[in-house]
Amino acid sequence: MAERVLMKGNEVIGEAAIRAGLTCYFGYPITPQNELTAYMAKHMLAKGRTFIQAESEIAAINMVYGASSAGARAMTSSSSPGISLKQEGISYLVGAQLPAVIVNIVRGGPGLGNISVSQSDYFQSVKGGGHGDYRMVVYAPSNLQEAADLTVKAFDTADAYRNPVLVLGDAILGQMMEPVVFKDIAHRTFDKSWTLGGKRNGRPANLVNSLSLEEGVIENWNWEFRLKYESMKKNELMFETLYCDDADLIIVAFGTTARICKAVVARARAQGLKVGLVRPITVWPFPYKALNDIGRKTGEFLVVEMNLGQMIEDVRLALPDACRIHFHGRPGGGVPEERDIFEIIDHVLVKNKKGAITTRGTFINWEIS
Amino acid sequence: MKKIFGKSRLWLNKPQPYCPGCGHGLVHRIVCELLEEMGLADNCVFMAPVGCSILAYSFLDLDVCQPAHGRTPAAATGVKRARPDTFVVCYQGDGDLAAIGTAEIIHAANRGENFTTIFVNNAVYGMTGGQMAPTTLLGQKTETSPEGRSLSAGMGHPIRVCELLQSLGGVAYLARTSVHTPGNVIKAKKAMKKAFEIQMAGKGFSLVEVLSPCPVNWKLLPQEALAYIENNMIPYYPLGEFKTP
Ligand SMILES: Cc1ncc(C[n+]2csc(CCOP(=O)(O)OP(=O)(O)O)c2C)c(N)n1
Ligand code: SF4
Repeated sequence: MAERVLMKGNEVIGEAAIRAGLTCYFGYPITPQNELTAYMAKHMLAKGRTFIQAESEIAAINMVYGASSAGARAMTSSSSPGISLKQEGISYLVGAQLPAVIVNIVRGGPGLGNISVSQSDYFQSVKGGGHGDYRMVVYAPSNLQEAADLTVKAFDTADAYRNPVLVLGDAILGQMMEPVVFKDIAHRTFDKSWTLGGKRNGRPANLVNSLSLEEGVIENWNWEFRLKYESMKKNELMFETLYCDDADLIIVAFGTTARICKAVVARARAQGLKVGLVRPITVWPFPYKALNDIGRKTGEFLVVEMNLGQMIEDVRLALPDACRIHFHGRPGGGVPEERDIFEIIDHVLVKNKKGAITTRGTFINWEIS
Repeated sequence: MKKIFGKSRLWLNKPQPYCPGCGHGLVHRIVCELLEEMGLADNCVFMAPVGCSILAYSFLDLDVCQPAHGRTPAAATGVKRARPDTFVVCYQGDGDLAAIGTAEIIHAANRGENFTTIFVNNAVYGMTGGQMAPTTLLGQKTETSPEGRSLSAGMGHPIRVCELLQSLGGVAYLARTSVHTPGNVIKAKKAMKKAFEIQMAGKGFSLVEVLSPCPVNWKLLPQEALAYIENNMIPYYPLGEFKTP
């Protein structure tokens, strides 16, 4: 049986990637993901695999582009400002249909922001941070075991669709320590006949490219890519629901925030308050349909995020109009506190919305404006 | 009749994107001939630039990787590290290599990445319509230096790439060549052959710069463009080897 080991989040992701068969890692220092790059320097080189500390995040993502072109399992990791620099490269990876894994250990922004925990890169991650019309699967683990499992899965998803995949963490996930089990991996094989390596043994020349100036070609490609995106929506969607069947109020949260909200749900249930939780595990694809179904039975929702309110727009899109959505957010460094979240539950379910809440970051009946 | 000369088989009979008198064709020809003569075509990955030769993939019978503007050296690093058994040729223009991709070329060279860069210096941005490049000569008129490149207007000096890279430890071979006369074409081919041999021997980074005419954007006749290289470019960009192993 695989043993339990106590490790830091950033290292867990690194180790999981190595076990998933990563052969080329390219990084650039940025807090709070530095331990990941350092782990790779030690362990990739020791295994005779490729590790490069690139001259910039731009170079790193383009090294990924090259390595993936040549058939390698390739990965880069960074944190928010560095991920912004990778957006051009991510767009090219999609355009050239290259599999790759990108890890974002999100920190506070905008600008240089801070090195503290945040979920402010949600829009950038799920709405296409780079140019062009594209989608990619985004995994949002909420504990280290899930970080390990989803990182392994990310490589297969990337290979299966020939599309980049993002693992969306945050400073808490990257920095905390927890016991994890690295499960045995069933290594799948993927068609790599399209990769570059010279047209040996008489095979026709291969091309890795995202350009065409011929009329209609890019439009056709995009229609073809859409088939992949639809298939991802159908087959890659992951979410967790907790006590949604009888709930009077349902919290929607992802990643580290969802973990905090789970504790709130437990406390509420202990007090006889019917609170449930929906936790998107993939934030793209997003569980629109599941939320819509749940919204037909439950009228009150509470979205908790470490930002000014980003995923809440998808929740609003998913839910029937009659549902009311409340919000609690901590943008750029603060962590949502159980008591602040509980105050909203108390306000809605116990005090029946009487009395104002003045806690900063809380919005009762949040509306898109 | 016995055939004594033909074009390389790697160059397919497809439409060419180049203007009359353009130097890119000559440089492609040398690269293709060498890959064929040296038996390298079948494990070659050709790294295309973003520039006038962007469509190289459509007429070269080689594996081609088309990365983002200026990022070719980083992508080539990825290819070569993932598949050290491949022969990697990067092809870059002066905007691609010496402006937007300056960091990538310097660091790939400094790491001693074992690939060969063919650097086509035509002193302008060709593809986007003749804007000023980092290599545009002082006084040279372009779309974005209409009165001529000027120091007093804050346009900076033309960058000499070979001289810039010369001090870097990872660089095994550097040469500047030209294709404005048949004699120089032969010399350019010799330099590229040397660079290819250096990559084959695993000695590190090699780069051959080629001064190349862009008559359209220089607003010169093809013949005049060749004279422009001789009279204006070579005095500023001296030909020769800058580093050998
Ligand atoms: C990020 C980005 N910026 C700008 C462009 C537009 N662009 C295409 S080619 C080019 C310049 C190419 O000039 P050069 O490298 O000198 O090659 P040449 O066309 O002269 O052969 C530019 C700026 C682009 N494709 N991508
Ligand atoms: S614009 Fe200049 S570099 Fe481009 S094809 Fe025409 S002559 Fe060649």
